[in-house]
Amino acid sequence: MEWQFFVELVTNGMLTGLMYALVAVGFVLIYKSTDAINFAQGEFCMIAAIVVAGAIKLYGFPVWVAIGTGLLFMLVFNWGLERVVLRPMIGRPVVAIIMATIGLALMFRGLGPLVFGAETRPIPLPIPDQPIIWGPFFMAPIDVLGAVISIGFMAVFGWFFMKSRKGVAMRAVADSHQVSMAMGINVERYFVLAWMLAGFVALLGGLVWGSAIGVDTQLAALGLKVFPVVILGGLDSIVGVIVGGIIVGVVEAISAGYIDPFVGGGTKDFTPYVLMILVLMVRPYGIFGKPIIERI
Amino acid sequence: MLKLNNVEVIYDGVILVLRGISIEVEVGSITTVLGANGAGKSTTLKAISGQLKAERGEVTRGTVEFEGARIDHLQAHEAVQMGIVQVFEGRRVFEHLTGEENLIAGGHIVSTPVMKRNMELVYEYFPRLYERREVQAGYLSGGEQQMLAIGRALMSDPKLVMLDEPSLGLAPMIIEEIFGIITKLNEQEKTTFLVVEQNATLALNLAKYGYVMENGAIVLEGNAAALKENADIKEFYLGISSGEKKSFRDVKTYRRRKRWLG
Repeated sequence: MEWQFFVELVTNGMLTGLMYALVAVGFVLIYKSTDAINFAQGEFCMIAAIVVAGAIKLYGFPVWVAIGTGLLFMLVFNWGLERVVLRPMIGRPVVAIIMATIGLALMFRGLGPLVFGAETRPIPLPIPDQPIIWGPFFMAPIDVLGAVISIGFMAVFGWFFMKSRKGVAMRAVADSHQVSMAMGINVERYFVLAWMLAGFVALLGGLVWGSAIGVDTQLAALGLKVFPVVILGGLDSIVGVIVGGIIVGVVEAISAGYIDPFVGGGTKDFTPYVLMILVLMVRPYGIFGKPIIERI
Repeated sequence: MLKLNNVEVIYDGVILVLRGISIEVEVGSITTVLGANGAGKSTTLKAISGQLKAERGEVTRGTVEFEGARIDHLQAHEAVQMGIVQVFEGRRVFEHLTGEENLIAGGHIVSTPVMKRNMELVYEYFPRLYERREVQAGYLSGGEQQMLAIGRALMSDPKLVMLDEPSLGLAPMIIEEIFGIITKLNEQEKTTFLVVEQNATLALNLAKYGYVMENGAIVLEGNAAALKENADIKEFYLGISSGEKKSFRDVKTYRRRKRWLG
């Protein structure tokens, strides 16, 4: 049943891709409002997942309370991070901010297991274990849940960003800090908002990925894993993140399904990067990224 | 309304840009500051609008007062709350936002109904902006961008609008249109303007009172009409000479005279 195999690969690829998008949108959030790339987004997901899993395992919290704890923790954590590390860097070259986030990422990767232990823990979300079989479709419930959460977040966040006055102000801040200030926009407050939103979406990402593959420091690798997604879609586009995520997910699934049997495996780890390079050759700002406007 | 008293501005702790300037802007007036490149005109505006900090500058001496309150250490967004808004040199619209979104961002500090009302007002004065409201601002023409920058500044219900070289890089017809609208805004909406210009003819026709800056100091001030008749202004800024050709040696004496004025 060749076509069934293909359909299965594509549907699962799409679901995985949407879950990637959930992590990738964290990059977009920060990039859109501060012009910097936050290399610690994967670590944010890891920390969120570790806190939730730890709260369940070590303190016996019910799942919902643990998730609430994780949310509160991430909001406060990212608020503090913005205050202590990132605010003093406002006005510095973007590269400095990027290096700071790389430093943070490495620090968290070391500190996470130190504080919460290095064992792999589950996040037992109250969903069935049996796969959903629907005609030719064969899906893991957690993947479906992840995809639904991803689409839901994108829809709400997309509306906020494009339509609400605060969203417009946020995009104005991304366009020019100086001019935004001259419009009476409190730029620092919008930075905090962006980082707290990044913390929130990291919790969502940490939850779905944590319950899909288990919680340990491996989760932090998600950050690099979704990088082709971000670049493919364009660093500053929400639609781009969804499309980029789906493309990467499907390409991964298909290369795992069709190429791996011949070469012995491992192709899905680099095919997204090959795709990323190809796209960059044609559209240097990604599929949906904003081109640099030049008036002639 | 606005009063700069002996203001000195230093960048980076060492570079002295303003050497004690005093400027006064009356409510409901249009005042202009003239001067060549590097005279310190933009810095003067930034000292008023709180933009110095972002460029590592600082008011080190003197005071800036707005409606009786000291504002020389306010942050930029606080100055907007006070009713002071600056239109930057080179227009500086939010390129990736549409025209309408630029206006929404400009009205950030006012409530939504006020914002909507102001937007209508801006569209009334700049009908072209209404036609082009869905276009990304980066793709607007230079004149449209300047209109957008001025309209955006009006969105926050400002008491004082400061324009930094609004004529820069625009065609004479567009300049005329824009300056006409500024006059209309001043007359009908009672908006106070402080306009920095290199183009002295334009500025002195627009304004009631003018200051001339050189090397970070005010060298001349007076009613626009009187400034237009001033021999030095005619010579250096308006390009009107008394008729006969000048030799280079004479030019050098003017330079001397200018320095003496300072």
